[in-house]
Amino acid sequence: MDHLLSQEQQTLIKAHIQAHQHVPGGLMPLLHAIQDDIGYVPEIIYPDISKALALSVAEVHGVVSFYHHFRTHPIGKHVLQICRAESCQAMGSEKLETELKSRLGVDYHQTTQDGKVTLLPVYCLGNCGCSPAVMLNDEVYGRMNSEKVSELIAEVCHG
Amino acid sequence: MVKVYVPIDSTALSLGAERTAKAIVAEAQARGIDIQLIRNGSRGLFWLEPLVEVELAEGRVAFGPVQPKDVASLFDANFINALSDSAKGHPLYLGLTEELAWLKTQQRLTFTRVGITDPVSLEDYLAHDGYKGLKNALALSGADIVKAVTDSGLRGRGGAAFPTGIKWNTVLNAPAEQKYVVCNADEGDSGTYSDRMIMEDDPFVLIEGMTIAGIAVGATQGYIYLRSEYPHALKTLNEAIRRANIAGYLGENIQGSGKTFHLEVRRAAGAYVCGEETSLLESLEGKRGLVRFKPPLPAIEGLFGKPTIVNNVISLATVPIILDKGAQYYADYGMGRSRGTLPIQLAGNLKQTGLVELAFGATLRELLYDYGGGSASGKPIRAVQVGGPLGAYLPESQFDTPLDYEEFGKIWAVLGHGGIVAFDETADMAKMARYAFEFCAIESCGKCTPCRIGSTRGVEVMDKIVAGKNHPQNVQLLRDLSDTMLNGSLCALGGMTPYPVLSALNHFPEDFGLSNKEAAA
Ligand SMILES: NC(=O)c1ccc[n+]([C@@H]2O[C@H](COP(=O)([O-])OP(=O)(O)OC[C@H]3O[C@@H](n4cnc5c(N)ncnc54)[C@H](O)[C@@H]3O)[C@@H](O)[C@H]2O)c1
Ligand SMILES: Cc1cc2nc3c(=O)[nH]c(=O)nc-3n(C[C@H](O)[C@H](O)[C@H](O)COP(=O)(O)O)c2cc1C
Ligand code: SF4
Ligand code: FES
Ligand code: FES
Repeated sequence: MDHLLSQEQQTLIKAHIQAHQHVPGGLMPLLHAIQDDIGYVPEIIYPDISKALALSVAEVHGVVSFYHHFRTHPIGKHVLQICRAESCQAMGSEKLETELKSRLGVDYHQTTQDGKVTLLPVYCLGNCGCSPAVMLNDEVYGRMNSEKVSELIAEVCHG
Repeated sequence: MVKVYVPIDSTALSLGAERTAKAIVAEAQARGIDIQLIRNGSRGLFWLEPLVEVELAEGRVAFGPVQPKDVASLFDANFINALSDSAKGHPLYLGLTEELAWLKTQQRLTFTRVGITDPVSLEDYLAHDGYKGLKNALALSGADIVKAVTDSGLRGRGGAAFPTGIKWNTVLNAPAEQKYVVCNADEGDSGTYSDRMIMEDDPFVLIEGMTIAGIAVGATQGYIYLRSEYPHALKTLNEAIRRANIAGYLGENIQGSGKTFHLEVRRAAGAYVCGEETSLLESLEGKRGLVRFKPPLPAIEGLFGKPTIVNNVISLATVPIILDKGAQYYADYGMGRSRGTLPIQLAGNLKQTGLVELAFGATLRELLYDYGGGSASGKPIRAVQVGGPLGAYLPESQFDTPLDYEEFGKIWAVLGHGGIVAFDETADMAKMARYAFEFCAIESCGKCTPCRIGSTRGVEVMDKIVAGKNHPQNVQLLRDLSDTMLNGSLCALGGMTPYPVLSALNHFPEDFGLSNKEAAA
């Protein structure tokens, strides 16, 4: 399914493309700028990007799809990332992940029915001194359990 | 006015430091007490975070861990007068920060200012010996700067431990109109956070180190390739770079020297393999992060085909103190061929996690028990992974190994980036071996077959072993597969995944359903 872009989004994207057109290695910063503003990198803009940066559409697609961070579809209003890496495993992240999936009623890469929270796996948040760690939007939280994360979600996402 | 410090480091924030800071300000206001709140970096004692400090003439006095609910009682105890009897009587009173044994016994060289200063205050940085290294460097020839780094014995702290000075020398001697300095801030290893702490808690030391590198080899442009999972580091770095530019520490004609160095942060996008230097360079060029064949080395043909220094955050952030205090000062620390200090990161199932910077040579046991305080769960520590997801698992019988690159090499283990992750007796090592393959499969760049296919086969074989199917054959298959990956992979992602796998198998055969005898066969 394709998502139509609003006038405002199109203007933003155009400005970002212009700003990154002549930046050496500008594709990555451009994709970040777009996703920061729009929430994802819409596939319908690949032709515009490819023209401006003198790349093929296939190259643009190749880059977007290579990196876990970039996504091509809109997601929930908030993003919850659960750390799956070793240090967090040593402190029970597996239990946390199972409980949160069932509380939220979603698996990884899915969004809750109310559209509020998208659940993603992540491999280390640099908060291994306080495992298990999660990241809700741009904030990291340490020594988590499913009750604490649920409280956070209630506060940040439904508050 | 009394200065009160509440850290702004991500880990402190992850434990509620923001609320603590707000509560302190609100309570002070309500009581009509004048305080100056300073947001410092973290001292690295994470079990005590949020660690609040009060500055007195005698030194800084620590209280922790301070949650918002503790704030009123701290004021009741007059904690602003931090060495008063009432303050000392507060249950969260810890005494003079510098006297805490955990800190006092460390050798903080790279982390000398971390936790002490306001990270983005250039005045603070200068007042604490900042930019002394650059000042000395500006009076030296490029070759002499490189010589100082070589003589210090500094080796790559990203994990491969290649001598930094020798790498710089290659770039110095590569003739080119444009050269680059790239800082590898992709810190993907589980159990590591020292790069993050430097960037969030003392960003100027990294900026200074990169500037010295640029001046040494004649590179005028630098990039910091920062992992996307570190939004706070991004903000702090950008702010510090902005201020360094304004003050003439970056840009053109640095401090009137006629030298130029521009610096920019570039965000990674969540691919572990992009920490591998050539994959990183591809990514910086705006491409997919496919690993390049070496040679040519990045030092000869790096970013956009130009000679490029690629160094880890800690390697670069260690350069200023070497140029300030001299190569010999740094080289006097350490053991054998591992000179200087290593910022060690304690993680996983430990009571006292945090940042411990020590001269090479301390044993793993000292770190796990003296600093770490044993497991957080209270159960015996069973296995320890050192050096990230590509590092070996060590059993208790190896805990007396000194932290030294060569000593770890002798037991088929790696020190890597200095991360130590402890597991208690509930850990299932077969599961950890399976995870190592799974991680490799998720993160493989796909360029070579042993890694791309081998990692997926590895997960399948592990599933069969765990299910108890055709045991001896599958264990043999696991060993053969590991051999293929070890010898046939293009980079260390595929090439080192066998470290966690085989060390788990060899040291914990019972978890693979084998007796010791079978495992040895
Ligand atoms: N910090 C992390 O998050 C992390 C993650 C994964 C792996 N690692 C570490 O990465 C290591 C592997 O890294 P690698 O594949 O880059 O190792 P490598 O041995 O290929 O290279 C080490 C460094 O030395 C340079 N070099 C080698 N020979 C040189 C010469 N003659 N002149 C100039 N420079 C030279 C290389 O360009 C590179 O920068 C592993 O040991 C692992 O510990 C670290
Ligand atoms: C899969 C893989 C991931 C890596 N990730 C990092 C990393 O996140 N940070 C880092 O400094 N080095 C990492 N390295 C090592 C780099 O390739 C390179 O050796 C290092 O940046 C050189 O800097 P140094 O000499 O200062 O250590 C990684 C290597 C591999 C194979
Ligand atoms: S070992 Fe894996 S990550 Fe490294 S080059 Fe080969 S496929 Fe890519
Ligand atoms: S977001 Fe899909 S594996 Fe990281
Ligand atoms: S392993 Fe989870 S934060 Fe590092």
